[in-house]
Amino acid sequence: MPFYVLRRLAGAIPTLFIIVTLTFFMMRLAPGGPFDSDRRLPPEIEANIKAAYNLDKPLITQYGLYLEKLAHGDLGPSFKNKDFTVAQLIGTGLPVSLKLGLSAMALALLIGTLLGSWAALRQNRWQDYSVMTLAMTGITIPTFVTAPLLTLIFGVYGVAIFGHEIFLPVSGWNGGAWRNLILPVTVLALPQIAVIARLMRGSMIEVLRANYIRTARAKGLPAWRILFGHALRAAALPLVSYLGPAIAGVLTGSLIVEQIFGLPGIGRYFVLAALDRDYTMVLGVVVVYATLIIVLNFLADILYAVLDPRVRLT
Amino acid sequence: MIATGSTQNAEALVRIVKGRSLGRDAWARLKKNRAAMAGIIALTLIALTAIFAPLLSAYRYDEINYDLVTCAPAWWPQGASCIAPGHIFGTDAVGRDLFVRTLYGARMSLAVGLVATLVSLLIGVVYGATAGYLGGRIDNLMMRLVDILYSLPFIFFVIILMVMFDRNLILLFVAIGAVEWLTMARIVRGQTISLKQKEFVEAARAAGVSSAGIVRRHIIPNAMGPVVVYVTLTVPGVILTESFLSFLGLGVQEPLTSWGTLISDGAAQMQTAPWTLVFPALFMAVTLFCFNFIGDGLRDALDPRDR
Repeated sequence: MPFYVLRRLAGAIPTLFIIVTLTFFMMRLAPGGPFDSDRRLPPEIEANIKAAYNLDKPLITQYGLYLEKLAHGDLGPSFKNKDFTVAQLIGTGLPVSLKLGLSAMALALLIGTLLGSWAALRQNRWQDYSVMTLAMTGITIPTFVTAPLLTLIFGVYGVAIFGHEIFLPVSGWNGGAWRNLILPVTVLALPQIAVIARLMRGSMIEVLRANYIRTARAKGLPAWRILFGHALRAAALPLVSYLGPAIAGVLTGSLIVEQIFGLPGIGRYFVLAALDRDYTMVLGVVVVYATLIIVLNFLADILYAVLDPRVRLT
Repeated sequence: MIATGSTQNAEALVRIVKGRSLGRDAWARLKKNRAAMAGIIALTLIALTAIFAPLLSAYRYDEINYDLVTCAPAWWPQGASCIAPGHIFGTDAVGRDLFVRTLYGARMSLAVGLVATLVSLLIGVVYGATAGYLGGRIDNLMMRLVDILYSLPFIFFVIILMVMFDRNLILLFVAIGAVEWLTMARIVRGQTISLKQKEFVEAARAAGVSSAGIVRRHIIPNAMGPVVVYVTLTVPGVILTESFLSFLGLGVQEPLTSWGTLISDGAAQMQTAPWTLVFPALFMAVTLFCFNFIGDGLRDALDPRDR
């Protein structure tokens, strides 16, 4: 196990390196720059600005300089928001995105597991069919449709539908108050709930056929003890390997959700920064997201080994 | 007498057994799956209306009419500020006909779905089959690369690409396709590894067929089952990715349109003009449902073990 951890950590560095290199050169190959504007700057001033940000040096030198700074944990200054460093901007956005994403993951895991198990226990009955229809809907309807729909339901037509005012805020962060979290987290979690419910149903059906479950039944254990004491843990295993894609899905979804609900997370910064050609900001966000994905995937693998004694990490 | 009788029986048996190929078997199973068949029919309808869109509407997709700005269709139940007779889905913010634009959106979304899937299919099949067939250290190296690529936040690269290179359509197709090939490569590799130990591959090798020939003529055709299933599930994924980009304003550009662009426009004015959101969203949802149903049906039909 310790060897495995070391090897995985060592493997993360080249991955990050590839990501940084790809992003860096992709941005620079593209036309346009951060200081292009409708008003042309006098050439002396432009040269000064470029010199200040090292943009006048050859590309390969800039790349070297960036890597050197990055190795020291310095993400550089933001080209557009001149009074802030990239680290400061990410520092304000990351807690928002993290809270949003992790809440959505937790919600998806809880509800998805429960729905999937329930469907498996009632296989081929109406409960099963309705859960699976719901899951198919959740997979099919994209985030950017559910978000405006929920906004309509709770924000605009709330009184008409429920008969009284609904006080769910449809935009803004408000310091992360739970009321403000409900809608964005739900929207973000829905597609994941759907996938997890489907996975869970499949594996639960398989587990319920296993011999040790039959033994437990024969011993006369109550249904809830069979489910929570024996079946759930084994059936939840395939979910762990889905955690990686799920994390990527939630991150992608958060780009949309943060925009629609007007939340100050880093997903929203990213799109704006790319449009502004704010090189350092884009690179910074990519580095942070990539690190996050790598770390979370790593944790998922460890979790897998902890939950399943048959898996040996070497 | 007895001998000829048994020969006849055997011949009759052969006749009966011969009639069912694997493909026909699968098709018979698929035909029994109502959801999948409904999906095929609905999808064909949507595709046909998309292809013949110019013939189906009296309006052009980029025909602007400032007299009918965001008007509801005549049959819209709620009182809208203005009504556009003759526009069965109403009009958008510059008075363009929403029906024909939804169909043009279908054209774009389906085209992206098919082309990008084709790109991913091409890369994934060649890569996966090569890795699986060669095996050993080359396989290890190639799949390790796939693992690394898996952990990249790809959507960010696509976003950067789209921003940097001015929303070039061809680039959009290729970029999305290049993202989706990884799973395809894994599936094909797994199939290849199990296939290459089969007798007919050994026979081909004994007959002196080259490696490339074996991969092309024997491995790839036999690995097609799961690939077909995955393709039908990739198309909706690609359509979603494209509409995601279009929603962020990074996809197809005006006056061309796609479902993502239409939904984005519709979401912006859904309080005053819900019809601008409802129709494109409905079309997209139905299409995605169809592909998912067909994919599930094909999986059941092609792989009876996995039900």
